[in-house]
Amino acid sequence: MLHTVNKSPFERTSLDTCLRLAKKGSAILLIEDGVIAAVKGTEQSAKIEGAVGDHAVYVLGPDLKARALSEDQVIDGVKVVDYAGFVDLAEEHGAHNAWL
Amino acid sequence: MAEYEFDTEGVKKTFTFMNRKAPYGTVYALEVLETVLISAAFEQHANIVFVDDGVYQLKAGHDTSEIGMKNFSPTFGIIEMEKEDADEDEDIDMVWRILVEKESMEARGLTEDDFKVEIEVVSAAELADILDASDCVIGG
Repeated sequence: MLHTVNKSPFERTSLDTCLRLAKKGSAILLIEDGVIAAVKGTEQSAKIEGAVGDHAVYVLGPDLKARALSEDQVIDGVKVVDYAGFVDLAEEHGAHNAWL
Repeated sequence: MAEYEFDTEGVKKTFTFMNRKAPYGTVYALEVLETVLISAAFEQHANIVFVDDGVYQLKAGHDTSEIGMKNFSPTFGIIEMEKEDADEDEDIDMVWRILVEKESMEARGLTEDDFKVEIEVVSAAELADILDASDCVIGG
């Protein structure tokens, strides 16, 4: 299953709930304001740092770039993908849940 | 007006409807509810799940008379009836479950007795398995 999160962890509980209910081994893609969760050195970083062991975690590059967040700032173990990568993830993982 | 035909003969999938928003503040709750009702026509399996502030959608006693909005909570009674019909009628191959996540319920100081319909309380771990086994998840 592919989970997408599009809300900042500073604003909503979407990421917390996703991490609570995503089965081990499932893929998580951070998009839109959700990319903020992928950044190192914030008060919210521990959530994704803790998730990379149990899940394949991805972040959408164009959404990082739009927010002036560089790939160097992304937490280790999180893979940056482009739109084609997003399509591949959707195709590979079957069902998709958007944590809004 | 165009007429549509859906051939769902022999197709059986499990849909999970994920309700995560409190009622009335946004349109999410009502939109998911309408989607659930539409899906009943296709006789598919459905998990109607309430997580986070979504658990407030099921609380008994909604009174919207002073906010100028329609109280949609009586509709959950229709979902409960659909579910009971499907459970009792051997000719209907459709399993509907109304599920509340234990963690979300307890975090809000609620118990099973607070809800207007009969629900199943499931843990986050149980819900993770149910989600993972779904063919389609519709969130809101």
